[in-house]
Amino acid sequence: MRLEPVADPGLGRTLGFPAAALGATLAFAMALALAAGADPLAVLGLMIKGAAGSKFALLETLNRATPLIFTGLAVAVAFRAKLWNIGAEAQLYAGAIVTVLLGTGALGLPWPLLLPVSALFAALAGALVLLGPATLKLRFGVDEVVTTLLFNFIMLLFVSYLLEGPMKDPAGMGWPKSQKLIAEARLPRIMEGLRLHWGFLLALVAALGVWVVQTRTTLGYEMRAVGLNPEAARFAGLPVGRIMIKTALLSGGLAALAGWSEVAGLKGSLTLDLSPGFGYTGIIVAMLALLNPLGVVVSALFVAGVFVGADSMSRAIGVPTYIADALMAAALLFMVLALLLSRVRVRRG
Amino acid sequence: MGGQAQARVVLRLSGITKRFGPLVANDAITFDLHEGEVIALLGENGAGKTTLMNILFGHYSADEGAVELFGAPLAPGNPRAALAAGVGMVHQHFTLADNLTVMENIVLGTEPLWRLGRGRAAARRRVEELSRDFGLAVHPDARVGSLSVGERQRVEILKALYREARILILDEPTAVLTPQEADDLFATLRKAVARGMSVIFISHKLHEVMAISSRVLVLRHGKLVGEVRTADTDRHQLATLMVGAEVAALEVRPHAPGPVLMALRAVSTPARGNATGLKGITLDLRAGQITGLAGVSGNGQAALAALVGGLDLPEAGEMEMSGAPVEGWSPRRAVDAGVARIPEDRHKTGTIADFTLTENAILESYGDGKFSRRGWMNWRAAEGFATDIIATYDVRCPGPATRIRLLSGGNMQKLILGRVLERGPKIILANQPVRGLDIGAVTYVHQRLLRARDEGAAVLLVSEDLDEVMALSDVIHVISEGRLSPGFARGTMTPAELGVWMAGHGFEEAGHAA
Amino acid sequence: MEIFDILLSATFWAAAIRIASPLIFATMGELICERAGVLNLGIEGIMIAGAFTGWFAVYSGLPLPAGVLMALLVGMAFGALQGVLTVPFGLSQHVVGLGVTLLATSMTYFTYRLALPEVTSPPRIEAFAEWPVPVLSAIPLVGPSLFSQTPLTYLAFATVAAVAFVLYRTPLGLALRAVGENPASVEAQGLSVTGLRLGAVMAGSGLMAVGGAFLTMSAFNSFFFEMVNGRGWICIALVVFGAWKPWKSMLGAVLFAAFDALQIRLQQMPIGAHVPYQVFLMMPFALSILALILMSRRAEVPAALMVPYNKGER
Repeated sequence: MRLEPVADPGLGRTLGFPAAALGATLAFAMALALAAGADPLAVLGLMIKGAAGSKFALLETLNRATPLIFTGLAVAVAFRAKLWNIGAEAQLYAGAIVTVLLGTGALGLPWPLLLPVSALFAALAGALVLLGPATLKLRFGVDEVVTTLLFNFIMLLFVSYLLEGPMKDPAGMGWPKSQKLIAEARLPRIMEGLRLHWGFLLALVAALGVWVVQTRTTLGYEMRAVGLNPEAARFAGLPVGRIMIKTALLSGGLAALAGWSEVAGLKGSLTLDLSPGFGYTGIIVAMLALLNPLGVVVSALFVAGVFVGADSMSRAIGVPTYIADALMAAALLFMVLALLLSRVRVRRG
Repeated sequence: MGGQAQARVVLRLSGITKRFGPLVANDAITFDLHEGEVIALLGENGAGKTTLMNILFGHYSADEGAVELFGAPLAPGNPRAALAAGVGMVHQHFTLADNLTVMENIVLGTEPLWRLGRGRAAARRRVEELSRDFGLAVHPDARVGSLSVGERQRVEILKALYREARILILDEPTAVLTPQEADDLFATLRKAVARGMSVIFISHKLHEVMAISSRVLVLRHGKLVGEVRTADTDRHQLATLMVGAEVAALEVRPHAPGPVLMALRAVSTPARGNATGLKGITLDLRAGQITGLAGVSGNGQAALAALVGGLDLPEAGEMEMSGAPVEGWSPRRAVDAGVARIPEDRHKTGTIADFTLTENAILESYGDGKFSRRGWMNWRAAEGFATDIIATYDVRCPGPATRIRLLSGGNMQKLILGRVLERGPKIILANQPVRGLDIGAVTYVHQRLLRARDEGAAVLLVSEDLDEVMALSDVIHVISEGRLSPGFARGTMTPAELGVWMAGHGFEEAGHAA
Repeated sequence: MEIFDILLSATFWAAAIRIASPLIFATMGELICERAGVLNLGIEGIMIAGAFTGWFAVYSGLPLPAGVLMALLVGMAFGALQGVLTVPFGLSQHVVGLGVTLLATSMTYFTYRLALPEVTSPPRIEAFAEWPVPVLSAIPLVGPSLFSQTPLTYLAFATVAAVAFVLYRTPLGLALRAVGENPASVEAQGLSVTGLRLGAVMAGSGLMAVGGAFLTMSAFNSFFFEMVNGRGWICIALVVFGAWKPWKSMLGAVLFAAFDALQIRLQQMPIGAHVPYQVFLMMPFALSILALILMSRRAEVPAALMVPYNKGER
């Protein structure tokens, strides 16, 4: 078997294969529904209704999409530079920790200042968390996939320690939870009566910002060059190490903002289950978006919809919510294959 | 070499056609190989020679046509079938596993996978016998990763002999050998032919083809355009067949050298991994002069190119530019100091495949005020720059927004040339500048380098092709194991004499004049 | 000192060997994949799938060995998925591996919830019992630690021997070592790069799943979420630590398991009162990172690891 690049893939190929991937994902969803003994169409219908069928559902989807946009951006930025940041989970929690530290009254700042300050330091914390594995990669050639993954577990244990110890909520009735944020530290709602908080809009701004950086700034050009061919970049005189570090800082910072947004916007405090895997789901979001920052918004909404819809459907007819996770993993694999097939032809030899 | 007309046909290719997308790599090729013949498959880069042999060996299947070996049809697309039928191939890029020993590489794939244990003793005896009979000295237990290029090639040949090849294909075998090693190879081939083997020999070197073959097949743009007996032809005719037109000889006007623009005095660099370091070399690059570096690959060329190009620093000795010592050397500094670097591998190091022509054009200069300011890119200026290069350097492409991976090797090289020459460099490092290019692109690149030299640049030409070095250079140094010979002025040395230096002799005399 | 008491106790080493067993299976599995040139990041998910499959098979009434076999097959299936996407199609081994882990994990949890919808505490099965080896198990210290283990542990060590034997003393192993170093060398000798790599990934994934099954069928006797808890990733570090050699990697696994057993015991000692238990739990992961840093001189990494093979690239 030989893969032959197609010189001029038409619109048919470029759109057709990804569409087929989504179709395959759909078929897989129906197969899982059948396996669960439910009517596939009913399952699908309930999922769609649960994701977008009412104002409440829609807002829930947007809320769920917010951290996914941030982690999706973090992963997209990193993967584009061939920095395999699988540690968005740890960076998210680092951001959340700092948000709580600064937001429970320690800083006597009024809210117009407190929020940006907490965001900045949260991002810094996430940036520092990724800096470790990035430096290990640059200095020692240690594969960052494993180091970032292992660090996720370390961070989770650290959060557990904090929540049972120094950051424990004295009024928490024993359940490991941090203190609540003071009002000034909370992200306000976008409109009175809506459950949607400003974090969503800030996520959109972040996506736009990343897009601008990637296409219009020298840093974006450098990151893309290093990601595509670090050897050629080094030969041409680009400071590859420095660019990787900047990429790591940007990526870690973005992931941390997911944690900041969840704590300051949605939850108001830190718990161990703050993130049901947003860091890992961010990988799926980023890959489905082809690492394009604007695409990340779209795919984050899609993925969030699937999860929110699955939750709602599961409450209604009992198919396990894990159907969403399975779907998304399948979507990732289908999509990555489809993207290849849209660019190459399979030849006999 | 034997009366071919009476000898039996051992290989017959009939109407072999192979397409890669829109490119027709082989177009209805038909020929016979007789027992005991040595056929040279001649053609410039991109003519389809390697593709044809890959089809014969089974790496590819032909889209049309058939292969008959010893009268029986050959199952396509399967090296196993070709090997079983008696075809052996010495690839241009050796197919050896560096982590295994010589013996292990040779027996790889010769025993059934599901057998427990390996029959080592008999295999070893056989290899030693073959090694003696064919003059291919190897250490059976040496790790291939530690072998020299010449030794590796011997292992490649032994692999084929061990599998009882009756037809031996060699793809550009002398590209990486010294003239003496090439002679040893030819001696081995003669022994093979004396034992009834037949040889197909891919080359683009006319003097070798004339020396070793009994018949020459010329390919051009995928078609077989000529089939002649070596005795009946000459280099001029072959060159014309290869190119399809009269080949203009390269015009090199004598030029008085100018001041020394870069000087290396007793410079040494450490060995990096498998690559040799430099050992106390002294070199002057003069304006208006082409300094050629001759040598078998792997003798320090990479180290010297890295040094001049800014990727490495001298560990000992001094480096000067225009009389002043160099401080703080890096690729960035090199570019800023007026050093143009044409890298050895345009795919790996020279270009970023998925970047557009525009993005590639400004790879070294994106930080200039012209193309970016305070962190913001000026894409309009960049595109203008790329468009200029495309026009001036005849880069065939749909436009500056095309991804460079879609361009041919020659056009890629022209873009690289353009982007470095447009800055008016003082020193040009040309590292294997025409490797893998078709004759049109080769001529173009050579002419551009000569023009740059005529306009006062100092050119350092690093090439494995001795013919190229001898044709272009005003001064030739030979590099061997990191040491540099004295400079030999144009016309004062024959290839054989240079070959002696390339093999490492001549360096015993201490101290060479600068 | 109390540490020495611990280190010299048979129960400690017995625990260490037991903790090492799933790691040994999974590390051997990853080693086979990487030697052939394929990084298998599906390891974590495959271990989870194996853990569940083995346990569930027994829970549904199959005998224990059949459960192990089922786990093996499930592992091989995921390995086939990983292999097909990364070898003939040449897709990014990072992305595919992560996708396989996510898919295997989610499918496992989905199936578990389907099979046992209202369960709060996971049901138990009759796990493998210890099989003391006659005579040898009576030797002080060594006996109880090495020779009074469950059959799967013996199998784990046998696997190391088998992998070493195949890798270094058979033509198949030679071909595997070659294909991970330079696939062209294998192709030019008439062997199939795809076949070798695919076979290696499937076999390796099967072993990973058996390693997972050990957790539910030998170490514990029920399945719960977060059971594997990063062990898969740790095994990737162990392969690097062992320089891609079977016996060395096994040694790494045992050493690591000893540290893990140690930290469990340390928690119960006076020092455990002063140091939060999370610190002890962090140690395995921190240790793995340390191992990676120490072994970063990776001269022995298979040269073609993570490089997809494109036939005759022009």
